[in-house]
Amino acid sequence: MALTHLERLEAESIHIIREVAAECENPVMLYSIGKDSSVMLHLAMKAFEPGKPPFPLMHVDTTWKFREMIAFRDNLIKEYGLDLIVHKNQEGIEKGIGPFTHGSAIHTDVMKTQSLKQALDKYQFDAAFGGARRDEEKSRAKERIFSFRSAQHRWDPKRQRPELWSTYNTRINKKESLRVFPLSNWTELDVWQYIHLKNIPVVPLYFAKERPVVERDGVMIMVDDERMPLNVGETPVMKMVRFRTLGCYPLTGAVESNATSLTDIIEEMLLTASSERQGRVIDHDAAASMEKKKQEGYF
Amino acid sequence: MDHFDQIREHGIDAYLLEHEHKELLRFITCGSVDDGKSTLIGRLLYESKLIYEDQLAALEADSAKVGTQGEGLDFALLVDGLAAEREQGITIDVAYRYFSTKARKFIVADTPGHEQYTRNMVTGASMADAAVILLDARKGILSQTRRHTYICSLLGIRHLVLAVNKMDLVDYSQQVYLDVQAAYRELAASLGAGEVSCIPVSALVGDNVTEKSDKMPWYTGNTLLGELETLSVDELEVRKPFRMPVQWVNRPSSDFRGFSGYIASGSLKPGDEVAVLPSRKSSKVKSILGPEGEMLEAVASQSVTICLEDEIDASRGDVLSTAESQPKIADQFRSTIVWMHEEPMLPGRPYLMKIGAKTVSVSVAEPRHKVNINTFAKLPARTLELNDIGVCNINLDQAIAFDPYKENRHTGSFILIDRLTNDTVGAGMIDFALWRSDNVQWQNLDVDKAARSSAKGQKSSVVWFTGLSGAGKSTIANLLEKRLHADGRHTYLLDGDNVRHGLNKDLGFTDADRVENIRRVMEVSKLMIDAGLIVLVSFISPFRSERKMARDALEEGEFVEVFVDTDLAEAERRDPKGLYEKARQGQIKHFTGIDSPYEAPLDPEIHVRTQDCSPEEAAEQVMAHLKSFGALNSLPPPPKKK
Repeated sequence: MALTHLERLEAESIHIIREVAAECENPVMLYSIGKDSSVMLHLAMKAFEPGKPPFPLMHVDTTWKFREMIAFRDNLIKEYGLDLIVHKNQEGIEKGIGPFTHGSAIHTDVMKTQSLKQALDKYQFDAAFGGARRDEEKSRAKERIFSFRSAQHRWDPKRQRPELWSTYNTRINKKESLRVFPLSNWTELDVWQYIHLKNIPVVPLYFAKERPVVERDGVMIMVDDERMPLNVGETPVMKMVRFRTLGCYPLTGAVESNATSLTDIIEEMLLTASSERQGRVIDHDAAASMEKKKQEGYF
Repeated sequence: MDHFDQIREHGIDAYLLEHEHKELLRFITCGSVDDGKSTLIGRLLYESKLIYEDQLAALEADSAKVGTQGEGLDFALLVDGLAAEREQGITIDVAYRYFSTKARKFIVADTPGHEQYTRNMVTGASMADAAVILLDARKGILSQTRRHTYICSLLGIRHLVLAVNKMDLVDYSQQVYLDVQAAYRELAASLGAGEVSCIPVSALVGDNVTEKSDKMPWYTGNTLLGELETLSVDELEVRKPFRMPVQWVNRPSSDFRGFSGYIASGSLKPGDEVAVLPSRKSSKVKSILGPEGEMLEAVASQSVTICLEDEIDASRGDVLSTAESQPKIADQFRSTIVWMHEEPMLPGRPYLMKIGAKTVSVSVAEPRHKVNINTFAKLPARTLELNDIGVCNINLDQAIAFDPYKENRHTGSFILIDRLTNDTVGAGMIDFALWRSDNVQWQNLDVDKAARSSAKGQKSSVVWFTGLSGAGKSTIANLLEKRLHADGRHTYLLDGDNVRHGLNKDLGFTDADRVENIRRVMEVSKLMIDAGLIVLVSFISPFRSERKMARDALEEGEFVEVFVDTDLAEAERRDPKGLYEKARQGQIKHFTGIDSPYEAPLDPEIHVRTQDCSPEEAAEQVMAHLKSFGALNSLPPPPKKK
């Protein structure tokens, strides 16, 4: 009985999730509503069956997420019967920080990176699960599964703990924390295949549908609510589009597509010629920018 | 055939059916930048069509900017990750890459090949099923080839694939290949390495990487990718005896109790007899719960939850095993240790050892030898430094269930963690248990510590004075002992200088010797505590970990740390023994405060600032503390009437 690659990945991820639950005092699972989070949450449910995961979920809400994401989130949490903490950076909200007024860099820093640090400090979580995969981006390829963060939430790529066998060092001093990535060894294809195989629910935005979009700097942005200022002469056009990644709607590019089912999506992904992160406005900076962001505490 | 062709030909559903059921192979690549390692991995990614157009555009731009291949694509740039490394043109850490073909998904651990990155390579090798060892056909077997092969065989990698690279630069000569191959097989055999296959390639041009080369018709074996697709993925683990470290006790309600974990080896069915180690209590498997619900059989590399027929006790860190072939239990081992930290290993210092789901305290003895990883010569060593590989005896504070590493990778491997910084400082493999642990049992005596100390009308304890030389430790300890003696207490004062005249006269002042110095004093104090005494220890004892070791070796409340705090300038001004002056002149090496560090206590029971109080006041302060926790409460027994 030879195991398939998905069975092996599944077992490794469950092992990682249980290890954190067993060794860390106050862990939390960061839930971003995207497909990776869907898989991670599914694995967490499996890890503790017939019980429930012994840690809460947390969503760092930038207040600019697609409305469909929030609806999906609330539904799923109710269905699974889990605890969810929603954290918003109140200071940022009061200052009116947003992607249209302040640009993607400031918005992401204040409403996502700083907000996450705030939340981790507020609840004193000593470990936070994230759904990041190593195949997403070069600096992630070197990050450990159990990634150590200083009391200031900084990642030091030069001082990472060696990670051998499947023996993870979870020990930290006060105020320090761990970011833990159970899906480190999954690829985008693995994630979709697993969703397909296990029938895991994902946000409908991944499927193609007629949606109102405008095109800016070569990126198609969906007009999700009335906060989006339209330039002179700009009118939203209904187009058959879908999203390959999900985030803040003003920062997430849509792709034209007719993929309305899971298999369509997988087929399109395999035949497509651009990588997943291309749709993320935030990644268009210099090649090493993600590494810098991570050092500053970005997930 | 790539993903694209498959889908076009057979449709997406057939594709998914196939790709959701392929195998997984983890391999490591060993070689240096000069051998074309990054180029080889970059090409594997490129040719398995896993590079998207935007990545390709970035690659083209980067190739033009910093590439080393002129007009051509520099595949190495696809692989080299972090900014600093890209500038230096070398990969420093362990990076993981992913690609898949119709047959398999691959996880590649890409590690640098230089000797100063041995720890990175060991890390990458620890999870690998196979290793691709690259060498330059023009240069043949170099010391790095020997080193890489040694590490792979040490870590138990079963398949070694030698890629004889740069065949284009030796005119695709069969003779060159045959010579290298023969020499390599000999090397691998001498190390007892696993299966070996050799493939002539050119990573740069693409010969025999994914496509068979027409330049080397004399070679009829697999391409590199073909070899990786077909070498047998380990089913050996499944055939071994069943082992599963208990990771989590799942008890969501009173009517469910299961033991969760990742199966390290073997297989298990409901009804099988199992034992819990180290208690060796046994039971039968009632049911096995996996991600898809109840299972008829579970095998190695699955994460499951096991319910037993009987209510037997098991907790995290225990090992579930087949009842027939159980692991051994011991607390002393011969082990091979790879040191992974800039701070060298200190023999005798207590480290944490994590093995499976269990964490215990361990001390590592002075190495029996270390290994020159290029020549495999055994060298004498007093310690292990970064990247050293050595054979050491280790001593645990409790017995654990284990298998030798050669028999089981999961139940025979451990990591070492520094107790203060929490860094992972070493990785180890258990060779065998030492006979001592089975044969020397602790002798339980009928008259015990409590009996001895109450006969003296006191509670035994250690008052541990630490501080710089000249801080006033001995003066205060001496005053305190006089006070206690006058009070009718039974005491003993262990003074650093005095002990170094006798028990510890073989020790110097290096960090390793300082650790041993404290370890011995700790052991002597422990015997004296057992004898019921109040022990005063006056030692500089500069390192936090050793003081913590002493504290941890005793029972709660028995250890009273007194930090005798004096500024270095003041201690140096006092310089009662003229030692600071000698140290400043370089006549004494490793002098605490001058060229050897002093780590002040973070949370001592008593903090004496000698610049603010007299030695008498300080002694009184300690006296009050001893009284406050009851060390001196009971009155000395009245003299017996004649």
